Amino acid sequence: MRKIAITLGIALAVPAASAGAHTLPADPLGSPMWSYRAQALFGDAAVVFDPRVRMIMPAIAENQHQYPVMVDARALGDVRRIVILIDLNPIPIAVDYRPLAARAVIGTRIKLDQRTPVRAAVLTADGVWHVAGGWIDAAGGGCSAPPVSRARGDWAQHVGEMRGQAWREGTDTRLRVTFRHPMDTGLVDNIPAYNIDTVSVRDAAGKDLGEIGVAGSVSEDPAFTLVVDGAPGALTVEARDTDGRTFGGVVPAP
Amino acid sequence: MRIARRGFLAAALAAPVMARAAVHYAPHADVVAEGVWMVRGVDAPIAYANGGAIANSAFIATSAGTVLVDPGPSRAYGALLRGLARRVAGAPVTRVYITHLHPDHAMGAAAFDPAIVHALPATRTDLERDGRGFSDAMYRLLAEAMAGTEVVVPQGDVTDGTVVYGGRSLRLLALAGHSAGDLALLDARTGTLIAGDLIFHDRAPATPHADLAVWRASLDTLAALPHRLTIPGHGPVDTGDEGLRQTRDWLVWLAATLRDAVARGLDEAEAGELPIPERFAAIKVARYEFQRSVAHFYARDEAEILPQK
Repeated sequence: MRKIAITLGIALAVPAASAGAHTLPADPLGSPMWSYRAQALFGDAAVVFDPRVRMIMPAIAENQHQYPVMVDARALGDVRRIVILIDLNPIPIAVDYRPLAARAVIGTRIKLDQRTPVRAAVLTADGVWHVAGGWIDAAGGGCSAPPVSRARGDWAQHVGEMRGQAWREGTDTRLRVTFRHPMDTGLVDNIPAYNIDTVSVRDAAGKDLGEIGVAGSVSEDPAFTLVVDGAPGALTVEARDTDGRTFGGVVPAP
Repeated sequence: MRIARRGFLAAALAAPVMARAAVHYAPHADVVAEGVWMVRGVDAPIAYANGGAIANSAFIATSAGTVLVDPGPSRAYGALLRGLARRVAGAPVTRVYITHLHPDHAMGAAAFDPAIVHALPATRTDLERDGRGFSDAMYRLLAEAMAGTEVVVPQGDVTDGTVVYGGRSLRLLALAGHSAGDLALLDARTGTLIAGDLIFHDRAPATPHADLAVWRASLDTLAALPHRLTIPGHGPVDTGDEGLRQTRDWLVWLAATLRDAVARGLDEAEAGELPIPERFAAIKVARYEFQRSVAHFYARDEAEILPQK
């Protein structure tokens, strides 16, 4: 299988195909940044607002540094990418997930820098983006206040520690993993950007099951939920950060 | 010409006044025992429309002046309580107690001389650390309702024990669990327990600084304390310890539900959508507080329960 480079910048930099351009639909959320973000992310691809993209997220952002979002697009069938987009964040794309041998499910925690639309954009095999989302109110500074472990000063002792477990979910397998990582945005107090940028999940034979592109707008000590196809046995999880450090572990079969 | 100009001025003045009419405090004191009044907050989240006036306050009449427990969210509200206390209790407020750090209870201290504002040492420490952040958050949500409200850090001089003030014996209980320092007061003459946010009644408990095990131990202490009625931190006055039982029931359910959700592999977002049992159906803002509590505890529970790799 071709190794897919999931660098968030690439998705933004790929020039839009000029043939078969589609008209961008009006944003039901009325976001001031919709056309700008959509142009960068979707180019000329077809975009539809689609209630089959289920977003599970709380009504309020109790903590603008740790806002949980889960996307379940299993109703769409053949899904190639799931992007979590926060229109008004300085780092607008938090997660770019490619479920390779996995269901169209991704959960994580994100930072919110102000009141903003939080969306999921789901690319199906036919080249159409399916979008859902809502406005979430949040106090300022989710991306521009220092992480707790920086303030506490102990992040370096724990960076890369992973926790995880797998469960049966029907005939599939659910995985939840957490990592210790400061996930510095580069927007705080002269601390350079330093974040996990990919998380990959493989089976015991080394087959890629899913790859998550991760940006600095994912919360400190990031957590991920995903659902892989069937019962592949023990799952090897590997994270790489922007300093090139890799860490991870093996989560036994449920 | 003159009339036209006056008309113009009236119109120009009316517009901003009408826009600001959204926040209108109208605190009302109900007598609940001899010389004891409760001022009810609304059973809602802190919001622009209520100016943050969601917590209960209490007045106790003494021969040395009125004791005020919890001066509310803002300087304007605290000032209204000052006038209300003088009218209903017949004497000015000469002592203020703050039960704990939270801004819906504490920030109205801005309307009083800091020398008469008292709290537990832990509450003073909490407000020295968090007062500025609370102030920012309250101004963001409440805007002009907060006008002129500065953070007043209370005297951290309250200790557990009985004080006699103006001929009235008050048992002060230095407890914790809702926060690092939770002051409860028992008025000996009437058996009125002013519980602060250790007790919520028909209103879901809030947990942003909670230690649930410590909170339950504090509830045991209050349950063992003879009292006739309770002024809870939020919700209606309680004559049958219903609030105490509800609060304990909710906290036990909350802790078990979140740990079970982690153990079952639920995402934090899914945990926020778990069903709330039917027995809590009459509890106000239950879903709101439950989702807040998920945010307070889920990552911590995961760090304990998910196996390290």
